[in-house]
Amino acid sequence: MNAPVNAPKLYDCRDAFAATLERLATENQKVVAVCNDSVGSSKLGGFKSKFPERLVNVGIAEQNMVGVGAGLANGGHLPYVCGASPFLTGRSLEQIKADISYSNANVKLVGISSGMAYGELGPTHHSIEDFAWTRVLPNLPVIAPCDRIETAAAVEWAATYHGPCFLRLSRVGVPDLLAEGHKFELGKANLLREGSDVTLIANGTLTHRMLKAAEILAQRGIRARVLNFATVRPIDEDAIIAAAKETGAIVTAEEHSIFGGLGSAVAEVVVDNAPVPMKRLGVPGIYAPTGSAEFLLDEFGMAPPAIADAAQALMKRK
Amino acid sequence: MDITELERLAREIRLRDLRAVFEAGAGHIGGEMSVIDILAALYFRVLKVWPDQPKHPDRDRFVLSKGHTACALYVTLAKRGFIPEEEVSTFLQPYSRLNGHPNCNKVPGVETNTGPLGHGLPVSVGMAKAAKLSGAMYHTYVVTGDGEMQEGSNWEAIMAAAQFKLDNLTLIIDHNRFQQGAALADTNDIAPLRPKLEAFGWEVTEIDGNSMHEIVPALEHRGDRPHCIVAHTNKGHGISFMQDRVDWHHKVPNKEQYEFALAELSEAM
Repeated sequence: MNAPVNAPKLYDCRDAFAATLERLATENQKVVAVCNDSVGSSKLGGFKSKFPERLVNVGIAEQNMVGVGAGLANGGHLPYVCGASPFLTGRSLEQIKADISYSNANVKLVGISSGMAYGELGPTHHSIEDFAWTRVLPNLPVIAPCDRIETAAAVEWAATYHGPCFLRLSRVGVPDLLAEGHKFELGKANLLREGSDVTLIANGTLTHRMLKAAEILAQRGIRARVLNFATVRPIDEDAIIAAAKETGAIVTAEEHSIFGGLGSAVAEVVVDNAPVPMKRLGVPGIYAPTGSAEFLLDEFGMAPPAIADAAQALMKRK
Repeated sequence: MDITELERLAREIRLRDLRAVFEAGAGHIGGEMSVIDILAALYFRVLKVWPDQPKHPDRDRFVLSKGHTACALYVTLAKRGFIPEEEVSTFLQPYSRLNGHPNCNKVPGVETNTGPLGHGLPVSVGMAKAAKLSGAMYHTYVVTGDGEMQEGSNWEAIMAAAQFKLDNLTLIIDHNRFQQGAALADTNDIAPLRPKLEAFGWEVTEIDGNSMHEIVPALEHRGDRPHCIVAHTNKGHGISFMQDRVDWHHKVPNKEQYEFALAELSEAM
C-alpha cells in the first residue's frame, strides 16, 4: 500500500519521462529514442544533446516511425518511440498491431499529450481513443501513470520488460501522489485510500481528482476507497472483484471516451465476476468543445465535487 | 551456388510451391512465381545466414513485405534448412505455423510479421539503421510488390532511408505489373519507378527479375546510398497459362491445370 502524499506543486510527467530515459541511456547504450519531429513536445532535447546518434527523428511520418522502431528492436536496440498520442496510436494503429504487438517487438511506445492535453486544439488532437485502440491488442501492456513518480517508475520498468508496451502520458500538471521510490508493478493497482462504501478508480490525470472527491465524500460521512489503475491491460482483476464485493459500487473516471477505456475494462471484470452498480465518467461519445484540458474534464463531470455527487447517486442503486 | 544451380533450384522451389498451393487449395501463386528467382538468389547465394542459428546477431536481414506470397518463402526456408522440408505439406492446415502470411515468432528465419502491405520497408529501414548505430556489418534486404508501392508508408520509409544514408539497405520491387484486382497501369500507375526512387536519393538498378544472370550481380552490388532494384518480372513466371494474367493472383489451379503446370516446370529442369 502506498500512502497518498498530497502536495500542492504540480509536475509535468514528461519531465520525469525525459530524465529517466536519459539516465537509462547513460546506463545502456542500446537505448534509443525515436520521434516524429517531436523533440520538443516529447522533451527529448536533453537526450538529443547527450546522445545525438541515438535520437532517430523520422520526420512527420508516424507509420514509418513505428516500423523503424520494430526494426531497431530486431537489430538489438531498445527503442522508445515517442509522439503525440493521437497520431502515434491512430495514424499507425496497424503498424502497432502487425509490427509491434503481433511480432512481439521489444518496442516501448510512448504517447505524449494524451487525453485532452491538447484541449484547445480541437478533437483532431484529443487522444481519447488510445486506450480502446491499444488495449484490444495482445502482448501490449497499456499503462497510464498518475504522477511523476509513477511515470519514472514505469519508464524504468519498461526497459527491463522484454516485450512491447504503450505508455500513455499527459502534459497537464499533476501533484505527487505516490511515495518516492515507488516501484511500478505491471497489472497491479495501488490502494491510495481505504474505504468500504464505494470505490473510485482512475489513472493518469484523474487519480488526484478521485482523491479530492474522496475527501469531499468523507466530509459527507461516506468512506470511499480510491484505487490507482496505471495498468489498463492487463487489468488487476483481483482488485476490481474485491472492490465490487467489499464496497458494492464502483465509479471510474478517465481522460478518455467512456467507450473502450478504463471504465469499460473495469466493467468487463465486474459483469463477469461480481455485478454491482457502476458509473463510468469520461467523454460521453462526443467530440469535445474548445477549452483547456482542466476545463473540459470539469465540463464532462469530472470536477471533484461532481465525481463525489456521482458516487453518492450511485450508492443509492446498491 | 553458381547461376545454373540457382536456376535449377528456383525451378524446384516453383514445383514445390505449385504443389503446396494445389494441395492446400489456396495461395497466391502468381506473385509467388514472379518472386521465386529473387528468393532463390538471396537464400542460396547472397544472404549470410545460419539456419541452425536463425537469430545470429550478424545474420543478414531479409523481409518479405509482400507477405501474401509466404508459401514461396516457406519452401525456400525449408530447402535452406530453416524448417523441415516435409513441413511445407502443412501449409494453411489447422494449427500449422505456416499460415498465409509469415510469422516471425513461429517460423525460424522470418524477421518480422508481414501481410498488410507497406509494412516491410519501414521495419527494414529500422533494421538497417540499427546496424549503423551499433556498427554491425549485416545487410538488410526487403522485397515489396509493385502494387504495394501504392502504400504511403513505403514513401515515408524511402525518405528516411535516404536521410539516414542507409547504404546497407537493398529494396527489391517485384515489378510484375499486376496487383490483386487489375493491372498496375489500370489502378494507380506508379510506374516508372526508377525516376521516383532516384528523386528521393536512392541508387536504382533495373533488371529482368526472372533472369538469374541479372539478379545476382544486382543483389551483390554495394554503393554509397540505399539501393533499389526494380525487378521486371512476370506474374506466374514459368507456367505459360498463368503468365501476365491478373486472375492468377490467388486463383488455385484445377487438376488438369495443375498437371499441365507440373509438366511445364518439370520439362525445363
